[in-house]
Amino acid sequence: MYTQGRYPIIKKSAIAKGVFDFTILCPEIAAAAQAGQFAQVAADGFFLRRPISICDIDKNKGTIRLVFEVRGKGTDKISQISCGDLIDIIAPLGNGFKKIEGGKAICIGGGIGTPPMVGIAKEYGENATAISGFRNSSIAILQDDFKAMGAKTILCTDDGSAGIHGFVTDALKNVLANENADIIYACGPMGMLKAIVDIAEENGIECQVSLEQRMGCGVGACLVCACRTVKDGKEIYSHVCKDGPVFDSKEVVFGE
Amino acid sequence: MSNLKVSVAGVEFKNPIIPASGAFGYGREYEQFYPLSILGGISVKGTTLHRREGNPPPRVAETPSGMLNSVGLQNGGAEKFLNYELPNLATKDTRIIANIAGATVEECAQLAGMMNGTAVDMVELNISCPNVKHGGAAFGTNPVTAAEITAAVRKATDKPLMVKLSPNVTDITEIAKAVEAAGADAVSLINTLLGMRIDIKTGRPILKNNVGGLSGPAVFPIAVRMVWQVYNAVNIPIVGMGGIATAEDVIEMMMAGAKAVQIGAALFSDPFALVKIIEGLNEYCDANGIKNLADITGTVKPW
Repeated sequence: MYTQGRYPIIKKSAIAKGVFDFTILCPEIAAAAQAGQFAQVAADGFFLRRPISICDIDKNKGTIRLVFEVRGKGTDKISQISCGDLIDIIAPLGNGFKKIEGGKAICIGGGIGTPPMVGIAKEYGENATAISGFRNSSIAILQDDFKAMGAKTILCTDDGSAGIHGFVTDALKNVLANENADIIYACGPMGMLKAIVDIAEENGIECQVSLEQRMGCGVGACLVCACRTVKDGKEIYSHVCKDGPVFDSKEVVFGE
Repeated sequence: MSNLKVSVAGVEFKNPIIPASGAFGYGREYEQFYPLSILGGISVKGTTLHRREGNPPPRVAETPSGMLNSVGLQNGGAEKFLNYELPNLATKDTRIIANIAGATVEECAQLAGMMNGTAVDMVELNISCPNVKHGGAAFGTNPVTAAEITAAVRKATDKPLMVKLSPNVTDITEIAKAVEAAGADAVSLINTLLGMRIDIKTGRPILKNNVGGLSGPAVFPIAVRMVWQVYNAVNIPIVGMGGIATAEDVIEMMMAGAKAVQIGAALFSDPFALVKIIEGLNEYCDANGIKNLADITGTVKPW
């Protein structure tokens, strides 16, 4: 069942320039939600909802966290909702990440692809390695969250202003040179995902990626959020909202 | 409680609210929100003879009070509809409108014939999709070809036939009259209006298809005008659509001449829009002493 409702924001902060962190009290959604799923968020005065990945879920407190970047006028409107006010969401939507019980995971986020890595890394705790990449230190978010859950936390920046000077793929190769992993999770720009998938394949490690596409209904009815995938050896258009947003990397056709 | 029943081309609907083709799939997704039995009917996703992959993404762009789409009739084909979707829909206690589209007259006729003897209540022939290169709107923008395809499909099907009209024409009444003369039992209008958005940072159209169909409240006044014009030009019933989002919009569309309505894009803002509209229609009828909602069709008093 999908749930649509208006729920109170109980905590709000700007964690970087133009990046907001909302904690929303929505017990029925929190109870059903899995790491990697998303919410369709209404922006007052705008026709379409904005899909935002669920960053973290606290089933005991009945809350979810949405961490999002202001990309345009719609997300700017959402960012203006005050703490204590209600936010209109449909959630949880789509398929979450698959968890390997007792396994070791590497969770890789690029830029605003980092938030969904928090929820899945938390399920592995000390058995997670969180690699995050940002353009520079001013937008490097969520590193304390990864540290707090006990994950090995590796920060990369394009300009070297914080953490390792380099890309997440360099960090991934270094990690894999020293230790094994059962699964790699990744979310970020398509170029980054493709490079990660190649490394995962070279090392024979299962990999799941979370994709993004302009969306309409968010539930699988309108078919606008198409993405190229392979099913049974044939290339077809799947849909990010219902078939994803998490896909097995072997299903995804890159390069379109 | 007033009577919301309406009848279109001999098919009785428990209320005039029908989710529009392409916005509602085959009902499986929105059934996660509410039972499909509350709806007058469902116009299913446009179905073609063979499976279609649709257009490359992005397929959607937001617009002021609406959206553009360029899905391009992605669907699993007629066999999948008949074998997988229709048996499920037939259990839902709502009317089933099979929306069909094809690249040729023969293909449309064959598709329509496949609906004979099935649980389908009505065939809606789509001669107005703006997002496919062959067929679609090519048929619906010329009265001669519109009549030709309508006549062929009329011959092929024993179901009531509704023809879905394009607004991307100089005079929609000419097309409506042509399909009426060719044997259509009803018309539905309007399909989307062809539009375009450009990302000024990249200089590229937002839609990979460059252009797409505009829907949502932005097109509502155009739809009301066209329904009214067609109501005054033909004798067959009209199912009105285009930008309806509230019960008041439904009343307006019915006053303009529609017997029933279809609703699409409004669902994306509010998945419960159809539920709220049906509640709103009951409230409107109660507040205005209307016993039969069907009585308001065409009651606009033009100046």
